[in-house]
Order: sequence, then C-alpha cells, then structure tokens
Amino acid sequence: MFSSLSRNDWLLLIVFSAIVLVLPWALQPIGAAYPDLLQKFAIFGIFAIGFNILFGLTGYLSFGHAAFIGVGSYVAVWSFKLLTMNVIPAVILSVGMAAVFAFLIGYVSLRRSGIYFSILTLAFAQMSYNLAYSVLTPITNGETGLQVRAIRQTAETSLRDGDVRVIDQLFGIPEVGVPITNLFGMKMSGYPGFYFCAVLLIICFFIAMCITKSNFGMMLKAIKSNQNRLNYTGIHTRPYLISAFVISGMYAGLAGSLLAITDPIAGAERMQWTASGEVVLMTILGGAGTLVGPVLGAGLIKYAEQKVSSWNEGILHNALSALPDGVEDFLVGLFSFFVGEGWHLTLGFLFMVIVIFLPGGLMEGARRIRASFGRDNSSKASGSKTVSQPAE
Amino acid sequence: MSKKLIVNRRSVLKYGGAASVALATPYFFTRGALAQSENYRNAPTGGTVTFGFNVPQTGAYADEGADELRAYELAVEHINAGGGGMLDTFSSAALRDAGGGVNGKKVEFVTGDTQTKSDAARASAKRMIENDGAVVITGGSSSGVAIAVQGLCQEAGVIFMAGLTHSNDTTGKDKRANGFRHFFNTEMTGAALAPVLKNNYGTDRKVYHLTADYTWGWSQEGSIQKYTEPLGWETVAAVRTPVGAGDFSQYITPILNSGADTLVLNHYGKDMVNSLTQAVQFGLRDKQVNGKDFVIVVPLYSRLMVQGAGDAAKGIFGSTNWHWSLQDDASKAFVQSFGEKYGFPPSQAAHTCYAQAILYADACQRAGTFQPSVVGAQLEDFDFDGLGNGPTTYRGSDHQCFKDVLVVKGKENPSTKYDLLEVVEVTPRANVEYPAELLGGELGPYNDGAA
Amino acid sequence: MDAIFLQILNGLDKGGAYALIALGLTLVFGTLGVVNFAHGALFMLGAFCAVTLHRILNISFERVSETQKDFLGNPLKEQVPYLQEWFGPQVSEFLLDWSVPISILLAIIVMGIIGVVMERGLIKHFYKRPHADQILVTFGLAIILQEIVRHYFGANPIPQSAPDVFAGAANVGNWVGLGDNVIYPWWRLVYFMFSALVIFGVFAFLQFTTFGMVVRAGMQDRETVGLLGINIQRRFTVVFGLAAAVAGVAGAMYTPILPPDYHMGMDFLVLSFVVVVVGGMGSLAGAVLAGFMLGILQSFASMNEVKSILPGIDQIIIYLVAVIVLLTLPRGLMGRKGVMED
Repeated sequence: MFSSLSRNDWLLLIVFSAIVLVLPWALQPIGAAYPDLLQKFAIFGIFAIGFNILFGLTGYLSFGHAAFIGVGSYVAVWSFKLLTMNVIPAVILSVGMAAVFAFLIGYVSLRRSGIYFSILTLAFAQMSYNLAYSVLTPITNGETGLQVRAIRQTAETSLRDGDVRVIDQLFGIPEVGVPITNLFGMKMSGYPGFYFCAVLLIICFFIAMCITKSNFGMMLKAIKSNQNRLNYTGIHTRPYLISAFVISGMYAGLAGSLLAITDPIAGAERMQWTASGEVVLMTILGGAGTLVGPVLGAGLIKYAEQKVSSWNEGILHNALSALPDGVEDFLVGLFSFFVGEGWHLTLGFLFMVIVIFLPGGLMEGARRIRASFGRDNSSKASGSKTVSQPAE
Repeated sequence: MSKKLIVNRRSVLKYGGAASVALATPYFFTRGALAQSENYRNAPTGGTVTFGFNVPQTGAYADEGADELRAYELAVEHINAGGGGMLDTFSSAALRDAGGGVNGKKVEFVTGDTQTKSDAARASAKRMIENDGAVVITGGSSSGVAIAVQGLCQEAGVIFMAGLTHSNDTTGKDKRANGFRHFFNTEMTGAALAPVLKNNYGTDRKVYHLTADYTWGWSQEGSIQKYTEPLGWETVAAVRTPVGAGDFSQYITPILNSGADTLVLNHYGKDMVNSLTQAVQFGLRDKQVNGKDFVIVVPLYSRLMVQGAGDAAKGIFGSTNWHWSLQDDASKAFVQSFGEKYGFPPSQAAHTCYAQAILYADACQRAGTFQPSVVGAQLEDFDFDGLGNGPTTYRGSDHQCFKDVLVVKGKENPSTKYDLLEVVEVTPRANVEYPAELLGGELGPYNDGAA
Repeated sequence: MDAIFLQILNGLDKGGAYALIALGLTLVFGTLGVVNFAHGALFMLGAFCAVTLHRILNISFERVSETQKDFLGNPLKEQVPYLQEWFGPQVSEFLLDWSVPISILLAIIVMGIIGVVMERGLIKHFYKRPHADQILVTFGLAIILQEIVRHYFGANPIPQSAPDVFAGAANVGNWVGLGDNVIYPWWRLVYFMFSALVIFGVFAFLQFTTFGMVVRAGMQDRETVGLLGINIQRRFTVVFGLAAAVAGVAGAMYTPILPPDYHMGMDFLVLSFVVVVVGGMGSLAGAVLAGFMLGILQSFASMNEVKSILPGIDQIIIYLVAVIVLLTLPRGLMGRKGVMED
C-alpha cells in the first residue's frame, strides 16, 4: 500500500512530522507553547483529519461526529476506572467502541445522502448527548462528568465514585490519592502527554495519506464527484461509504480517548451539536479535502478559543503601551471588541472572510501565494493535489 | 512531572542553555532550579504573584461572569492598596497590616473563559496554570464546571477557590483538599427555606416539583423534600425537565390537574427564567387549589435571573447567598466601593468571588507563602467576620463555609431596576449546619504540585 | 381527558412556533437553494426588535426625586419617559403595554431590510457555492449578529410582557365543556392564531399572486423561468426579505413566552433544521405539517405517564421521530426528489 506514495508524499510526511515535533519551541513567540494547548492542537488535529476522510473525500457532511469523541472519552475513563491507568487498553477499547458506534450509526444514516444524511447524524449525536447528560447518568455521571477516583474501599461505593482498576491491583501498583494516566510508568500529562498525542497525530496523518492515495481513496473521491455514475456502472458505493464513516469515527474515538488520557474526565458537552459543528468549521477553514488543512484549521480555532479569549484589557494596554495615550486607548477600545469575551466575534469574522475570499480554506490561500510566485511545481509537492475541490 | 518539565525548560532557556537538551534530561536542572525557591507549583519569583480568574465570558451565564470579573478586579485593587471595600471591615487585619500586596508581592491576574462547559473551563484553567503561572484558580458559575476545575486544580497542585456553585457535591461527594467554597449549597437552602415556607404557606401542602434533569437539580429537589416533608408537605409528583427546554408548557399543564397547590421550580439560569415566566402565564398563581392559593417557590435565586423573569418573580420565595440591600457595615462598604466603580450594585456572584479572593489573599499573607498545603491549613477552621455574611467559619473537614443564609422574596414594588429582592429572613448559621459526613466524599491530601 | 386536551393545545402552540420558524428556512431552501445557518439569528433579531421598541418608547430624561434614594444613598434620579411628558401617562402606558404587538410593524420593516441587504450583499454570491461554504459563511454571520446583540443588550434574558388584556389564562375548558382546570394562557392562544394567520398569508401570497406564481415556478425550475425572460433574481431577493420578515415577526411575538437573549437563535437553529428536513426540503406544506407533528409528539412524550414507561423519551423524541421519518420516507414527509440530495 505504500507503493502508491510518491517521493513528494514522503517529503510532506517528514516535514509535517518535524513541524509537529518542534511545536513546543516554534509556538513560544505566540504564547501557545504550553502542554494543554499543544495537546489540544494534536488531538483536534487527529479529529479533523479523520473527519476529512469522510467529508473531504466523499463529500458526506456529518453533523454528529462529536458523538464518537464522547464515546471514546467515556470508554477511556471507564478503562482507567475498571482496568488500569495504562493508556494502551484505553486507546484500543475507545477506538474499538467508537468503530462499533460508527458502524451502527453509519449503517443507518448512510441510507440517505445530502442534507438528509447530515440531519440523521445530527439526530443520533443529539440523542446521545441528551441521554448522556441526564438519563444515562449511572454510566456517564451526567453534568459533572465521569472522573477517575481513588480505589473504592467497600463494594457498596458506586463505581462512579470509587474505582477498582483490576489490572493495576493485580500487579500491585501502589496509588496515592487519585492516580495519573501513564504509558508503562511514563506519566501522560504535560509534555510527555503532548508527545504521545503528537506521535499518534503523525501516524494518523500517515494513515490518512495512504488512504487518500489508495484505490479505496480514489473510490471515495469518485463517490464525491458522481455517485450516480458509479451506481450505473454496477459498483456498490455503500460499503465504501460505511468504511469511510467507520474509519473517521475511529479517528474521532481516538481523539476522544486522548482527551481523556491527557485529562482524565469525560463530559457530555463533548457530544453536543456545537462540538460536531466545530470540527466541520475546522475542516472547511483549513481546506476540506487537503491533508494538512484540517490540522491547520483545528489549531487556529483552538488558539482563538484559548488565547484570544484571554487577552483582557489589561493585557492589551501592556501590549500597546509604547503608543501615545490617546492612540493606545482608542486601539484598546477597538481591539477589546474582538478579544477577551469578544473572541466569538473574531471567529465569526474569520469564518466569513475565509469563505468569501478563500473558498478552499487556508490551504487555498497557501496555494495562491505559491502560485503568485510562479512556483507551480511546489504546489504539487505539498501533496495537496486534491486541494479545494469543494464538497457539494 | 509536567511541572518539572516547565520549570526545567524555562530555567534552561533563561540561562541560555540548548533548548533541545531540556526535554531529553528532565531531572538535572529541576533540582537546581527549585533549590533556591520554594518547592511548589508556580511559586512566584519576581515582585508579583498571579491569580487566575476563570469565569464564563460567553454563553448563558456571561453576565454573571462579567460581574464576577468586576468583583475580582475590585478585590485585586483593594488587596494591592491594602484597604478599601470589605477589606476594611474584614476581621483579619493581616492584609491591611501588610499595607498592600500579598507577602510583599503585587497581585496581577489573568482571565479565562469557562464557557460554562467543563472541558473549556479545564482548558482555560490549565492555560492559566501551565502558561501564565497562576497560583490560584477562582470563579465559575455552575457546579459541573466547579467540580471539574476543582479536580484539575487538585491534580495540578494549586488552590481552587470556587465561585458560584450551589450543588452539594462540590464540598460533598466531589470535595478535594485543594478546593474551597464560600457559596452555600442545596442542603443549606432546604434547611433555611423550609421554616419560612411553613410560616407562610402552612404545613399541609401538596407539592409538584419541576426539576432540571441534572445533578444540581436532583440535589436541590432532594433537599427541599428532605426538609419540607417532615413539616407535613407531600410530594405529588417530581418531574424532570430537559436542560435548556425553552418552552416548558408541556410540563406545566399537567400541574393543573394534579391536585398540587405548590410548585417548586428546581431550575437555575435561563431555565428558571423561562419556566417561572411561563408558569405565571398559565395563571397558576391566580388559582385556588384545595382551598388554598396556589404558590410557586424558586429555591435558588439570583438577582440577574430575577431581572430576566421580570414581574413573574414578584412575591416568590427563594434563597440567596447575599444581597446588596443588607445593612451591615461590610455589605454597605462593598456595595459602596463596587457601585462607585461600576455604577450599579454587585450581584451575589460578585460578592462570593470578591470574598473568595480576599480570603485567599489573607490566608497567604498569614501563611507567609503561597504553598497550597500551608495556605489551606490557614483557611481550615478559620473564623472570620466582616465579609457581608456575619460570623463565618471555613470548616476544615469539608472546606465549606458556614454562615447565615438569606431567605428572599421577589419585591412587589421595586424602586429601581436593581431593587428586585427583599430579604425576608436571615436564617442563622446554626440552623443550616450539618455534619460533614452527611454528604460523603473525601478530601484526600493536599497537592502542592511539587517536583 | 383534560390532560390530553391540554397537551394537544400545547402541541398546536409549539407546532405553530416551529412551523413559523421553519417556514422562512424552507422558503429559502426551496427557492434559492441556500442553507441558511443565520436563520436562527434572524429569529433572534426579530425578538430584539420588540425589546428595542420597548426601549425606544421608554427613552427618558432624568429628574431628581425628592423622596426616594438610590442604592448608594444618593437622591434617586427618576427616569421619566419623553412619551409620558409629551402625550401624558395614558397614551404612554397604552403604547408600552402594547409594545409587543406594535413591534410586529417594526420587525417587518427592519427584518425585511436586513433580509434584502443580506441577500444582495452576501447570499447572492453563494448560490453556486457548495452547501458547506454556505453553512460556514452564514454561521459566521450568525455569530457576528449574535455578538453585536450581546454587546448592546447583555447576555441576560430581557423580559417582555404581553398587553394586559392578554395576561393570565383563558378558561378554555368552559368553552368546550371540560372542567375548570382546563385553562390556557391568552397570549399562547394569540400566538397560535397569529402563526396560523402568517402561514396562511404566505401560502396565499405564493398561491394567488403572479409574483408567487413566478417564485413557485422558479422553485421547480429556475433555469427555464430565467429563459422566459423573467428576472427571477430580483424576485428571489424579495423572497429572502420575506423569509427574514417571517422569522422576525415570529421572534417578536414569541418574546412574552420566552424572554429573549442573544443566544436564542442558536437554540432554535437545530430544531428548525430538523423540522424542515422532516417536512421535506423545500416543501412549505411539509414544514408546516412537520412543525405541528413534532410539536404535538413532543408534548405527549413529556407526559408523566409516558415518561414513566420510557424515561428520558421527552429529551430525544424530536430526533427519534426525525430518524424514523427519514428512514421510512426518503425525502421527509413531503420532500421533492432531487432537492439537496447531492
């Protein structure tokens, strides 16, 4: 399957890996080099790459992918509570369970296409969210969210409030208070957590690349450009679509488990439709159908959410203190609309500007810049040959 | 672990070391760097110390969050000045004697947006801890968020001073050594409200509960039942409503035929505004059932919500942590300083957040350090007064404040748009106290986040 | 029996609101082929037309009161509305009391203009663009509109009251021969009548006017209509303005039932999409039918008797129905083949 990758693809993979791994230093100047945000970049990068396998390649717009993130998170936390704080079983179980859910939802939803498909996925996700928030509280711990606890003292304590961790107990691993997730003894919070996510991001990127370049990927793109023609030629498209749906669901499940690994809590809000909408926006913002675009989009939105929202007036005054007083006050007044509590406004403008002027997302912008320098060759080298084929 | 790496990496960069070496050799520099300073998370090194204010800036509680932030800014102002507002009336003189700042350091702050979502709140708290070096996280406007952030602060090794959170679990089932709450809870609401309800509405009532279908709602419903049923009140039905339902008509009409003469709305925020408005529209309050006037009770009130519900809230009983119309010196001083700065009176959310900031700073000053375990020990079983709630104790066994609880009523003839609640009764602290074991949970050990 | 009757009333009332919100959405789908994620925001703007009118009528000057004190103990500055000063308290009271119904006029004008500007300035450029782009751009616009409203009105809900005549509940039970316990708020009855009227009006407009005929023809086959030399573009602008105005009045009239806040549009967005899709994309009758159907089913699912058998059913009923309908009827209740399926 690797034979379908060209030399340029390998080059892209290497460059991508290198950039991801140096992020803790590269992002220092913009104040984004701290573990939590870096982890979020990687995790939502994985989510967006997976989403793009479905949406970017087949054009099927799912509005319910957050459900799989939620499933992944809950399964991971249950794995911590029942089995072990080691992350390997959590990852495997989450991805597996997300695949099962994705198959069930996909099997039903993919009987329809277009907006009908979107609403079906939305409906499933909203049902999951509503139930997880209230009726399923015994499994999800509702609004408070499912958390890792200390080993329970008596069997009467409910499993939500006290853990058993049979594997860890079997090996006699000592615990003080509430333990932290680990990979064979290496703690999975902070920078090690980021590198764990980063490595998985690179692997996921590689897999997505292989899928895009494979025959399977070609088939998915064919579905996007003209499904009817495929049907007329006697090709059953549904198995392909279901596979793509399940794969992207597994990516989401992995992202969900990583959220729980770097921060062992699982809450229902992760499944809300706004969370599903967020990944759609990430993908379109970066460039649907491209490999790098969704990761970029994910980074940008998470940066806005975390950093732009924190720039209060005090910080603005500090940043602009070099300017004359009147100008400073004016600029602070102007910017304060867009940062701090107004960060949603920035996001709104960003969406509009990008989609109006750069229909193919940020990757389209990058391509145009390169094209304007007359270096057409390099645009192919970026591996974004599928760029800006907007999804219909 | 993560902490080691941060300190490690920073110190390496500071001394011009090769950055790549930093991640490869986690232990070397850490010991050296921490040897000079105190060994706990985000120990301030320069002349300033950073507080992290984590409040909802977007979403349904954005106005409440904005008010919390105003209160924090005011608190920081007063702490840095060594006086002003309730700091002047506060029984502990440590901060006033220090003459500005805490432990000789000027207080600075960073802010984060919780969005009233656990994930977002934890992410912004992590940013303030990992990136901005905050020694304390405080604020918030819902219990789900408070519990999530409290858990995070325990793991990270900083103190969490909860903002507005009313669920029992915050200092019950989910309590943590590093977490402290000044606000009251559903248990206290039940205990404070029941006698007032009995005096006004008698002992023979048939009650219909509409309850927001999540942890806080259930806990509130349980507390009201626990304290009113011994008085002779009888629960006809307790119906769960989805959070954010918007239109509650399909839950209100069954009340008409249920034979109930009392409706308890265990809702908060937008849900409460909507369900109360609509219940009044359905003419429930004009009805006569079982020969008695039909009444509505809203266990947890906030002035901002009453503002949203408008006329519907008039004459309806509820409880609140604090109200600006209180006439003690501390409350007057607080309202005065807040009002002069912002032009309107503070909400209860603003009050609890201001108090939490002052209490934390004071504990640090008395401890002489910002180390969580030492600061926490100063807060435990700390008796104080002069913060607007009368004599108060931070109970050591569950890190919950015990103080008087206000029973309030929607005012019939408000003179201004802020004058919406009138204090009916101040339930003395002794009546709302309960043993810490009642709510379960375990504090566990303090976490200093030390390397 | 009483309970069931009341739940039917609830269902009709809800259904009216759902149908009214979904109507504009499906109109835009059907004619322009645009997925408008800002439709919820238009509903919200309509609601704030009512708030704004109330504020305008209340514009006041300050007069220092001799008797009352404010919260800081200074003499209270009383707010006296200009209206009261100019026309006397009676007129002023009357206008304030009736501000919600009066705001319909404001909402029609303002929202119509906003709709036309939006179509000419933005949506026009997105007819040929993929749905994903339409979603992103209108979603961005919705966020911007929402944040602007928040900036001026805050995040807290702002209560609006119905005219005093409609306050309280009507004794519906007596009208139909049921018990005294069957009462229903006047304003909800008014809202139901109002929504029925608007829905009827829109249908009549499309059915019986030449303009409507052209629009309907355009919905069937835009190119052919264009080839006939009819300026379908200009008519589509009007249709968008109409959709915005319908959303606007729906929002303005809803304010006494649901105190409006800046986020209410988003809360209704998903719901209105579900209604439109269950009804069938681009079908007006379908949207109305689906609105009433979902409203009634939601009401019945919330009954204690039902909930005790199926806990949590009221939380998911809408989505469950959507799934069942879409799986049994490929294009919703009354959808046409080929619309929004690719």
